[in-house]
Amino acid sequence: MIRAFLVCFFLLLSSGIISAQIAVQGDKVYTMAGKTFSPGVVLLKGEKIEAIGSPKDITIPSEYRLMKAAVVIPGLVDAHSVVGLSGILNSRHDQDQLEKSAPMQPELRAIDAYNGRDPLISWIRQFGVTTVHTGHAPGALVSGQTMITKTIGNSVEENILVSTAMVAATVGEGAMSSEGSPGTSSKVIAMLRSELLRVQNIQNQRTLKTEEKDSPPPSRNLRDEVWEKILNRDIPLLVTAHRHQDILSALRVAKEFNIHVILDGVADAYLVINELQEAKISVILHPTMARANGERENLSMETASILQKVGIPFALQSGYEAYVPKTRVVLFEAAIAAAYGLSFEEALASITISAAKILGVQERVGSLEVGKDADLALYDGDPFEYTTHCTGVIINGQVVSEEAH
Amino acid sequence: MTKYFFSFSVFLFALVNAFWGVRAYSQETPQVFVGGRLILIEGEDIPNGIMIVQNGKITALGAAQEVSLPVPSVIHNLAGRTIMPGFVDTHSHIGGGWAADRSAPIQPDVRVLDSIDARNSGFQRAQAGGITTANVMPGSGHLLSGQTLYLKMRDANTINDLLIYDKEGEIVGGVKMANGTNSIRQAPFPGTRSKSAALVREKFIQAQEYLKKIELAGDDKSKIPPRDLALETLGDVLQGKKIVHHHTHRHDDILTVLRLQKEFQFRVVLHHVSDAWKVAKEIAEAKAPCSLIYIDSPGGKLEARDIDWKNGAILEKAGASVAFHTDDWITDSRLFLRSAAFAVRAGMSKKGALRGLTLAGAEMLDLQDRIGSLKLGKDADFVILSGDPLSVYTKIEQTWIDGNKVFDRKNPQDRLWAVGGYKAGLPREGELCCFGKENK
Repeated sequence: MIRAFLVCFFLLLSSGIISAQIAVQGDKVYTMAGKTFSPGVVLLKGEKIEAIGSPKDITIPSEYRLMKAAVVIPGLVDAHSVVGLSGILNSRHDQDQLEKSAPMQPELRAIDAYNGRDPLISWIRQFGVTTVHTGHAPGALVSGQTMITKTIGNSVEENILVSTAMVAATVGEGAMSSEGSPGTSSKVIAMLRSELLRVQNIQNQRTLKTEEKDSPPPSRNLRDEVWEKILNRDIPLLVTAHRHQDILSALRVAKEFNIHVILDGVADAYLVINELQEAKISVILHPTMARANGERENLSMETASILQKVGIPFALQSGYEAYVPKTRVVLFEAAIAAAYGLSFEEALASITISAAKILGVQERVGSLEVGKDADLALYDGDPFEYTTHCTGVIINGQVVSEEAH
Repeated sequence: MTKYFFSFSVFLFALVNAFWGVRAYSQETPQVFVGGRLILIEGEDIPNGIMIVQNGKITALGAAQEVSLPVPSVIHNLAGRTIMPGFVDTHSHIGGGWAADRSAPIQPDVRVLDSIDARNSGFQRAQAGGITTANVMPGSGHLLSGQTLYLKMRDANTINDLLIYDKEGEIVGGVKMANGTNSIRQAPFPGTRSKSAALVREKFIQAQEYLKKIELAGDDKSKIPPRDLALETLGDVLQGKKIVHHHTHRHDDILTVLRLQKEFQFRVVLHHVSDAWKVAKEIAEAKAPCSLIYIDSPGGKLEARDIDWKNGAILEKAGASVAFHTDDWITDSRLFLRSAAFAVRAGMSKKGALRGLTLAGAEMLDLQDRIGSLKLGKDADFVILSGDPLSVYTKIEQTWIDGNKVFDRKNPQDRLWAVGGYKAGLPREGELCCFGKENK
């Protein structure tokens, strides 16, 4: 009996099903779940966090691989990106983040375009980004769906957390570039309202018809199925809006249709703080270093600290860039936010636990807690300092990066 | 004892100054910067130093005990602060200037001078980033897109207020060239790399012949060829009067620049140089200075796919001169220090990186005798920092050019340019006109 068990154990071990057991020791371990241990130890078993605490309370089993760092934090969560759809080369064949054939195409799935092998994904991973919310970019009134994935894996299915996370929409000037797109901000909102109303009508009629039992099931409509999920508040509408008047328009639509809107970008957020608070809205703020031009001409590097002060839930993002840098790195965006008014831990929260909460994946990622995914980032100093290196990245208990970056 | 005596003398001078302070200080009144850490660039840092500035120049420098203070003077207490030379941005596009149009791939006659908006808020942002001199260039969509300008980031009413003149009274600037994919387009632009090089060689040969004709004409005015603005400029390039600032990314394109440089003996600075790490030895052997860009991620186009933050370290090790640039709007002038810091992150020496922000850049613009280090007699262009220049938490508190303060983070209008906020997107308001309030 014991022999059979041992054989099974070694078979499992050799087949790689049991992944390595790791102990990560940090001079400082920021759990982002309330406690910071200095020093601290995190034990990883399989894909999950097994234990966490002060070295005096945790005995590191001898068979565990030991990794050491000055600072240990949860794997970073990029709250909004386009990596995997918008590729490194920026040529026709690797840009799948925006379909311009029609103004509203919520049926476009991010999973059908995501390229997990694009070098930009390993680029952000080497600095500690382990989870990314990516998909269709701003630039059409409704550009398509987004997804949430770990930054590893060959196939999109392998490490996905949420396949349809949100539907990306844009209001204001940004919505005016697609074929058949609206030409004014008012038209943008009119088209969005008409579409929501159209699907609402279909829903209402179906409710009336359910009495007739023998009628054939209605034919499927991919687009309307997604709209219905939005109207039923199953998935949020991620609305990119920068100018203050466009932000308010988005809030107006959210209220009218009782849909779950998460605001994205919001360069002018500091002008409409009361309205954002009243609407109890969450914000995925533009990159701190985003270029101040066009609709974003009045953005401020201090907006994150203003949102923090008034208690509006927010996360930072890497966003979309048409040219260079082809992707930003949220770690660096949070660093500038920390230099412009956020405390160290507030800035860290904006790219870990706060991001996970806004994305609805806080049960698995965003903080170091027993039972959560074993996603960690290790640094040889303050992670925000320009000259600090990320010295290790662990995803699902696997070491995916060990060189200093 | 020395220390106390010193504190007392500072107090005394402050007192003296208080009497004199009734009148507004002028350029002639020495400005004394006391107690800060001086990063000289040429020479070792001075932890507790004094720098005196008068008539736009640095007139005294040294450790606190060594420098005697003039009377009257304006004292600036900089305890806990760091002072270093103003940054030299070797490649910028602020001011909205363009030069060459789409009519031809090589346009040496076209000057960025004739298109810059001196009131563009880009200049204010550059000040906020500690940049005191910038090489403002036309774009890279041409083999030769025109003449660049080396500008001081003064508060300008017109372009004339930004210009720098050489000893002969000429406006200083270089020439912008590019190879690789940016300048490959529909005819009359080249369609291949070989054609690009051929067009450039052809034009330089014309310029050589133009110079030869002038030389042969001697005093015989009838034999002097009619003025040709394009060939005249290329003639300046061939004679080393203007430096070529050459956009180049891929390793073979870098080598093509060096090949042409060898053939025509022009002075060149390599810009961006994404693949520098592949040909660092060749670059160092050719003694070609490199002006590097640091971007948050590689790519954006095929030829910049392999750009590496290690470029600074590898070139430094190979013995090449390294400076940095913003390429503003590609990177933000306000965050120019990040470029040097990322070079250090990837292995470059701190000393080399700080030199890259200042003196190395000055050398690439032929301005090393006037700017780029804190040195007696040099222009009083400097920045006052809240701490270590390579820390993300450090702020540029003040920027001074020619002994005048052009940026002060405590000034609300300057702060708006530095941080952003409502109306930060607008151009600078007028100072003399009747409509707006004065902003400085």
